[in-house]
Amino acid sequence: MSFLDLDEFLLELAPQVCMVFSPIMDVKKYPANVDLCLVEGAICNEDHLEMAKTIRCHTKFVVAFGDCAITGNVSAIRNQLGLGGRENVLQRAYVEAAQLNQCVPSMRGIVPPLLERVLPLHEVIPVDFFLTGCPPHPNKIRSFLCQWLAGDNPRLEGLDLKMG
Amino acid sequence: MAAKTLTINGRQISAAEGSTILQAALDAGVSLPTLCHLEGVYDVGACRLCLVEVKGASKLVPACTTTISEGMEIQTATERLVKYRRITLELLFAERNHVCSVCVANGHCELQSLAFSQGMDHVRFEYIFPKWDVDNTHSLFGMDHNRCILCTRCVRVCWHIEGAGTRNVAGRGGQSKIITDLNTSWSESESCTSCGKCIQSCPTGALFFKGATVGEMVRDRSKLEFIVNAREKKLWVYQD
Amino acid sequence: MILSELHQIWEKAIQTRKKIVLRCCLAAGCLSSNGKGVFESLQNAVRQSGLEKEVEVRGVGCMRLCCEGPLVSVDQEGVEDCLHVRVAPEDANLIIGFIRSGKPLAKRFDTGIPFFQMQMPVVLSNCGIIDPERIESYIAAEGYYALHEALHEMTPGEVVSMMVRSGLRGRGGAGFSTGLKWDTVAKSPSTIKFVICNADEGDPGAFMDRSVLESDPHRVLEGMSIAAYAVGASQGFIYVRAEYPLAIARLQLAIKQSKQMGLLGSGIFDSQFCFNIEIRIGAGAFVCGEETALMASVEGKRGTPRPRPPFPAESGLWGHPTLINNVETFANVVPICRRGADWFASIGTLKSKGTKVFALAGKIKNTGLIEVPMGMTLRAIVEDMGGGAPNGGRIKAVQTGGPSGGCIPVDHLDTPVDYDSLFQLGSIMGSGGMIVMDEATNMVEIARYFMEFCMDESCGKCIPCRAGTVQMHRLLDRIVRGQATAAHLARLEELCEMVKNTSLCGLGQTAPNPTLSTLRFFRKEYESLLQADPFARNPAGCNIAEHAVS
Repeated sequence: MSFLDLDEFLLELAPQVCMVFSPIMDVKKYPANVDLCLVEGAICNEDHLEMAKTIRCHTKFVVAFGDCAITGNVSAIRNQLGLGGRENVLQRAYVEAAQLNQCVPSMRGIVPPLLERVLPLHEVIPVDFFLTGCPPHPNKIRSFLCQWLAGDNPRLEGLDLKMG
Repeated sequence: MAAKTLTINGRQISAAEGSTILQAALDAGVSLPTLCHLEGVYDVGACRLCLVEVKGASKLVPACTTTISEGMEIQTATERLVKYRRITLELLFAERNHVCSVCVANGHCELQSLAFSQGMDHVRFEYIFPKWDVDNTHSLFGMDHNRCILCTRCVRVCWHIEGAGTRNVAGRGGQSKIITDLNTSWSESESCTSCGKCIQSCPTGALFFKGATVGEMVRDRSKLEFIVNAREKKLWVYQD
Repeated sequence: MILSELHQIWEKAIQTRKKIVLRCCLAAGCLSSNGKGVFESLQNAVRQSGLEKEVEVRGVGCMRLCCEGPLVSVDQEGVEDCLHVRVAPEDANLIIGFIRSGKPLAKRFDTGIPFFQMQMPVVLSNCGIIDPERIESYIAAEGYYALHEALHEMTPGEVVSMMVRSGLRGRGGAGFSTGLKWDTVAKSPSTIKFVICNADEGDPGAFMDRSVLESDPHRVLEGMSIAAYAVGASQGFIYVRAEYPLAIARLQLAIKQSKQMGLLGSGIFDSQFCFNIEIRIGAGAFVCGEETALMASVEGKRGTPRPRPPFPAESGLWGHPTLINNVETFANVVPICRRGADWFASIGTLKSKGTKVFALAGKIKNTGLIEVPMGMTLRAIVEDMGGGAPNGGRIKAVQTGGPSGGCIPVDHLDTPVDYDSLFQLGSIMGSGGMIVMDEATNMVEIARYFMEFCMDESCGKCIPCRAGTVQMHRLLDRIVRGQATAAHLARLEELCEMVKNTSLCGLGQTAPNPTLSTLRFFRKEYESLLQADPFARNPAGCNIAEHAVS
């Protein structure tokens, strides 16, 4: 969402890039030869894991976008539950907190199997750039995109690296 | 007081005899990262962030506990020092549960600001995600051990400024924990005077005022310095 | 106590010496295999056979060959001492029979083997000979004469210069010159000074100091007293770990006996010298072997180290100049006084003088306690004295220096044992633990084991040691489990270097040593455990087929 906060810059950006894949686009298959991918969110389940690997295989420059992708952030708090945390999470979500139909979905393809631990993106695939923030401030995103579009090796420093 | 001349990063400076490398550097406008150091209480040289290279010394020395000497040649930001500082910070972030986005100290945290000022954009070590409790029993303050970096500022403040001796360290290694009295809950502490100095000293969000918003969690370190200066130097100047 | 009284005790002990002495090991090793039962049944057998006038059953300290305990040596006048191994209480009558008939027992052990013949007892000269629970037994071995000599024939300055001349270096591990340390404390103008004996031996597999304390506690007390006289201290502490109950009990007894005889207390040997020793019992923290942590613990504080300088010799216990030496260092003082600095300096190598006690353990035939001159090669120790690996196995490496040391591979066994040679190999002399490993040993697991030890024993004060050991252990564990890539190994090496250079005290600074030294000599073992990294060369366009990833 903070990407949309780039406001007018989006108009500036639009002619320079071709958006080929996003969760809000109809394309379901990750295309080949992608130049840049901003990956949001931590690696929580096997679908994420597979997606991350696919992205890495077909992308020149992968950015861990936001604290969740970089640290696991809030989504990784379940790791504090330790071993068995995965089961506890499902139990809490589908049984304890549910009002109807209290059971953990077991049919394949309904809930992607959770990983034992939520992982930051770079623990799964090599990451080319880390864009911190929860969410990353539009100025940071803009600064990064401008540098990248100019063909420079993007570099942020100081407050632009602040997490949280 | 006699002065000593020395060089920091190739620049010649002079500093009062008996001062530490850290004081000399700060007076000369050279900044050094610190975490366990706190003005007003004695130094313990524990966080290892202020380590510097001194020509002729076989080891790196902590700037906060090393006294200057004549002709000392100090380097504060060599390649390896920068590398070590970043690793130190990464180790801290991986050690406990530092989730900046939901931390009450977000934006007022020394650990957080050190991380970005030292160029830490991610942590290369495995996060440990230990399970630590939160002591919310005190009516005014709380302590979240998940955010504690064991700098022992609160311990030193409690013993040496307040004189209550409520805080101490128990356990060892990664299992070390800041305790109140003999490991009771904070509300049951018989020695705590509820002075709040420990809250003012905490570099992270581990110690916090209950009910304070993220915007309100600004620490007033000068209050601690003021008390110490008033007591030791009879100086009653409050520097805001 | 004056010299003539000391001499009377000595004379009496010599005159009442019985013709036959059954030396029965009552140090912790043999006690654990029922040495006490053997001792008691020997006493009964002697009483029942009416041999009390001729035979003394003497409980003694360590007789070296711990793996073959309980050990009993039969010493008869004019006959060579005869060592018996694996003695059971039932064997008592057989031993009496041997004394009467001279018919040897099957359990007789040939002490002509290199394990015994290559030893050079200096520190251990009384060890296994005298009864550690009787001060008279120590005096019979000319104990406390050195203290008298120092007090009456030497000035404190002469004692210090004797130590400097002897070339003795600290036996606790770092190998700092003992004489220089004494000199620094002695020169301090302070009127209050302390002497501390560091008996917090904690390296896995090390039991040298324990053996000395259990076998010859008065030797350490006497060494400390001489040190106190030399540096001008009047109070001493022995910091001994609680895991050594027998050593503590024998030290307590020895202190009590010395006080009763006026060998501790005020006006010792009719001089102006006053000295008392108290025992401080450690609570199980390895880091308290580090001198500044030890002093904090003695002061009753949490046992954590502090940055040095100031060194203890300048500002130690409660801010006063303090001399801290290890047990073995103090045990060297008496022989140096008695036989002279030049004699001591004639033993060993150019830079490492005297002898060194080692605890031989691990995959080796003869495990136990040895004392050899410095400069002997590791091969002579391990292969000749230790008898090589048991059951025809092959030795792979020797670990010295415990969790702060390193693993020396078999092709470096011709290295002489001295401070500098071992340091050059990335290990250290350490306090004297020597663990032998055979071909079946996985060196990465060894590194992980020692890292786990350091992780558990880190005090938690400084970040590199507290959090760094945890991460190094995780990386080592990942490698052992076969889940690591070359990137993990690189990170491990980077972290090792960082922890080594930035930790506050010796524990953290040396914690990476076992890992670094196994990486240096056994890198292939690490590499063979690594997984290929699918993204290693070219992250984009890598060779994993889409959807082939499960």
